Amino acid sequence: MDVLYLLIPLSIVLAFAAGAVFWWALHGGQFEDLEGPAHRILTDEDHL
Amino acid sequence: MSTAGASSCFHCGEPVPGGTRFSVMIDGALRPMCCAGCAAVASTIAEHGLTGYYLNRSELPQRDLADSPLTEALAAYDIPAVQKPFVRISAGGIRQAALLIEGITCGACAWLIERRLRRLDGVLGVAVNLAARRAQVEWDDERIRLSAILRAIADLGYRTQGFDPVTGESAALRERRVMLWRLFVAGLAMMQVMMYALPAYLADGDLTVEVEQLMRWASLTLTIPVILWSAAPFFTSAWRDLYARRAGMDMPVALGIAIAFAASVWATVSGRGEVYFDSIAMFVFLLLGARYLETMARARAAESQQRLVRHTPAVAERLVPGAAPVATERVAAVQLVAGDLVRIAPGSIVPADGVVTAGESAADESLLTGEARAVAKRAGDAVIGGSVNLQSPLTVRVTQVGPESVLAGIVRLMDRAQADKPYVAQIADRIAQWFVAVLIVAACATAGAWWWIDPQRALWVMVAVLVVSCPCALSLATPAALAAATGALHRLGILITRGHALETLARATHVVFDKTGTLTQGRLTLIGVIPLGARGRESCLALAAALECGSEHPIARALLSAAPRAPSVTATQTRNYPGQGIEATVDGGRVRIGSPAFASELARRPVPPELVYVPDAVTAVTLADAGGYIALLTFGDMLRAGAHRLVLDLQARGKAVCLLSGDRRATVAHAAHALGVETALGEAGPEQKLAFVRDLQAQGAVVAMVGDGVNDAPVLAQAQVSIAMGGGTDLAHASADMVLLADDLGRLSAAFDVAHDTMRIIRQNLAWAAAYNVVAIPLAAAGWITPLAAGAGMAMSSLAVVANALRLGKIGVRVTFPIFSTGSPGYTVEKLL
Repeated sequence: MDVLYLLIPLSIVLAFAAGAVFWWALHGGQFEDLEGPAHRILTDEDHL
Repeated sequence: MSTAGASSCFHCGEPVPGGTRFSVMIDGALRPMCCAGCAAVASTIAEHGLTGYYLNRSELPQRDLADSPLTEALAAYDIPAVQKPFVRISAGGIRQAALLIEGITCGACAWLIERRLRRLDGVLGVAVNLAARRAQVEWDDERIRLSAILRAIADLGYRTQGFDPVTGESAALRERRVMLWRLFVAGLAMMQVMMYALPAYLADGDLTVEVEQLMRWASLTLTIPVILWSAAPFFTSAWRDLYARRAGMDMPVALGIAIAFAASVWATVSGRGEVYFDSIAMFVFLLLGARYLETMARARAAESQQRLVRHTPAVAERLVPGAAPVATERVAAVQLVAGDLVRIAPGSIVPADGVVTAGESAADESLLTGEARAVAKRAGDAVIGGSVNLQSPLTVRVTQVGPESVLAGIVRLMDRAQADKPYVAQIADRIAQWFVAVLIVAACATAGAWWWIDPQRALWVMVAVLVVSCPCALSLATPAALAAATGALHRLGILITRGHALETLARATHVVFDKTGTLTQGRLTLIGVIPLGARGRESCLALAAALECGSEHPIARALLSAAPRAPSVTATQTRNYPGQGIEATVDGGRVRIGSPAFASELARRPVPPELVYVPDAVTAVTLADAGGYIALLTFGDMLRAGAHRLVLDLQARGKAVCLLSGDRRATVAHAAHALGVETALGEAGPEQKLAFVRDLQAQGAVVAMVGDGVNDAPVLAQAQVSIAMGGGTDLAHASADMVLLADDLGRLSAAFDVAHDTMRIIRQNLAWAAAYNVVAIPLAAAGWITPLAAGAGMAMSSLAVVANALRLGKIGVRVTFPIFSTGSPGYTVEKLL
């Protein structure tokens, strides 16, 4: 069970890391338009 | 309404009126079009190889956006003074602007606009935000002008509604980011803390003390950001309430969080007692989640109104004072002062209030007065800023600008009526305050009682009472239901702009309609052609269209949209007699179209006796040549599809339906009769409408008002709940509690359904929360509920409330949507969603 003393603090660090990633995504504008990109990926090719 | 591609417009899906022959070659086949506007847009799309739009779209385009603005009007946006407020200029002539675009209905629209603009030489970047319906455009001013970009957007059938000012990021965007960040922090902490709590739940005391302490410290570490950051709004709000000496709904929330956290921290540090970190994180997450959804839905509604408020044009054409040959200069409309002379081209919007000094024309003041017919304007007549000049150029001396103008006056009237508005929500708030106060007193009393019985357990019992009493379920009951209902309505194309709208709509006893544009289409349509001579119906129509083809008059527009695109006859020497009609030469003979008296001058005989059969509610136009009368053409404002069904439906619900209108009495009575509406009031100005609604309210009625014109704005604000039609006037939206975006009256019935369901769900939720509290609080106060059970009970009751509210999102609505198929995208089916 000693490994818990490593894993639990590690999970806290990971949680903070996940928070930092979300902060970056949020301020990079990734949550500004939640509808458009879903459509855009379907219509990227020209229909010529 | 399963309509095959052959009889419905390929572009907009409307049925193709009989006798029209518009078609466009798309993907190797001739596709039918309902009108010249759709045909023009469709051919632009086909020309640029963007027909993929038709395969990918999931919504049909909005109607009535086809009247595309004049190129000259757009050219005004190239003037530096006009661009200044919204264009950001970077080094090297690179410019940026955020354009608000009306008419974006689905992902394919965004695709279409991006594709089209990217192919313009000089456009450096385009990004369309589908959710905000905003296009961020970057261009090189030396290679392309802004007007050319706006032209390209207009040619695709969209309308640029305005521009976002460049002054920094909007406050709304920042607020949204902060809320989302708070929510995420709480969510992440909730998941992680639950993982730490799980071993204690499962092990049931088998855990070693060291491991349990480790879990507790880990939970504490992750809950700190939740308390300090995510739950901060509850603490600030509770502190504000405390400061103002009132009991707000956030108070038990803040108190519960604070005490549970403090007790848990103490338990962690001392190693005795229970911890509630998982409950705290979940509690905060659920509350924030509900509030986030609600705020977003409302912000979205508010934003779509803001963009509609811009009403007067940005640019005016001012006569240069003292210039010997008359010269004009383009100035920003805000720079106009009283006394300036401005020239107003046909088809453009009057920039300020004024008096006509030269020219003869007609103005469309329907936005301001509700009068659907054009009003003749001659020298000496007053024109109102915001109305549309229809026929020929006018020179106007500006009399009032800015806050003194009629438009501004209407806005002020609206504000005042809004300030008087009754708020049912305030009563609900007062009741909630009492509940909260009682709850806090009860918790303290419990703690006091336990202090005598068993001092060691006092704090824990108090926390158990606060936690189990679940202010969560109570605080969630209404917002969760409102958020779900707002979402359901938004999918139906109905925006809620005020929290009380649904509640009041459910209680409404009277539904008052403004005729123009709500129950009718708000524009003239050709009803019939009565040939009076040897010519057939088609031939009469072609002749009339040839005469009217240069005119901007509503009748001309109605005629031209009903007539074939390429006229078989051509008119020369066309001359316009404002207020009377048009005379032209066709095949060597003079032909007149216009009022019966005007036509009879040329025909040299008394007005045609057939006019007796034309009802008063219909506008008749006479076509004649020197040899006699040719035809009578009748025009009227047609009832909207679904208007009759809506009235029947409302009456079946026991609501009284009334009709108020600025139109002539005969017209209003006719419409009321056709719809089966008992109470109708014609020729009503803003004051009469206001008085009518006040009278109803004095008799105890709860009035729901459906309107669209600016003249409705004060009365919209006076009604307990107001609904604006999205196709209608901009300013009306600003004061409306709800906005109907789709041009489909049937959705209004759905709004009433949702309102009733929402109220039922809210009552169920409150009943559940009350019943739960009645059972749980005494149990907790008696000390019978373990802290673990208290937390679980709190979570369960919150989830029950949220799950119940989410049922609102599943309200089935019959919606028509196109099937995506290569062969015939025009096919539509009905599906129960």
